[in-house]
Amino acid sequence: MFELANPKRFMDVSRPALPWLAVAAAILIPVGLYLALFVVPPERQQGDTVRIMFLHVPAAWVAMMAYALMAVCSLLGLVNRHPVADVAAREAAPLGALFTVLALVTGSLWGRPMWGAWWVWDARLTSFLLLLFLYLGYIALWSAIEDETRAARAAAILAIVGAVNLPVVKFSVDWWNTLHQGESIFRTGGPAIASVFLWPLFIMAGGYTALFATLWIIRIRTAILQRTVRARLGAETGR
Amino acid sequence: MMRFLTMGGYAGFVWPAYGISFAGLAAVVVLTLRSYTRAKAMFAAIESDKAK
Repeated sequence: MFELANPKRFMDVSRPALPWLAVAAAILIPVGLYLALFVVPPERQQGDTVRIMFLHVPAAWVAMMAYALMAVCSLLGLVNRHPVADVAAREAAPLGALFTVLALVTGSLWGRPMWGAWWVWDARLTSFLLLLFLYLGYIALWSAIEDETRAARAAAILAIVGAVNLPVVKFSVDWWNTLHQGESIFRTGGPAIASVFLWPLFIMAGGYTALFATLWIIRIRTAILQRTVRARLGAETGR
Repeated sequence: MMRFLTMGGYAGFVWPAYGISFAGLAAVVVLTLRSYTRAKAMFAAIESDKAK
């Protein structure tokens, strides 16, 4: 993994991975959508609103995974001064923020018919809203500090401190009495939902993850190319 | 077919959820690819300048 810290190495290694990830996303998401909309039956209590789950849960998973990756890259950037790590952390943030918004919006559209409320201030929803604010604060910090090295350091500290929120989101449904339902998939004793719902959910989650990975890598590559161009131009005008 | 469109009476919640998710993901794909294409073009231009 450490050899990826070299921009040149990253460009060489990431190029062949890209088409595979893109194809995985392009297959898994349509298959997942087909299953979610046409194959899955209406759920006994929730009726057809259960179809929102196939968008809501994968978006929430990817939003949290993106934050975890952002925090790990921030740590590598801060401690080991890897040039690609800071860029990778920065480029994960807008994607993570988007998936967070999608999870919140689809959750709201699911909550209104099932709970009778678009929003409640329970622990799961509140901690997830905090995740969005952490992303937005992180992005704002990067753009507020002009010197890139200092911006990277400040943003990295925010990302690492904010990672405390991840277990809070995950375990909020156990620690507090929430309107949001409890953990029903990764729990001791196996998943609590039927496999007819579980498989489409995993397929959509796989598709969302592959899409995130594809976009993340492309964004890192874009940033490296831009940096190289800037450096070359700077070297020429400096002469 | 009607059953599919009305989503058992929940069409007003299910379809917006799908619409917004699709729109959000499509937008980020387009923006990401556009800036990637631009960065590649800039890089190629500089490389060919250097070769001259």
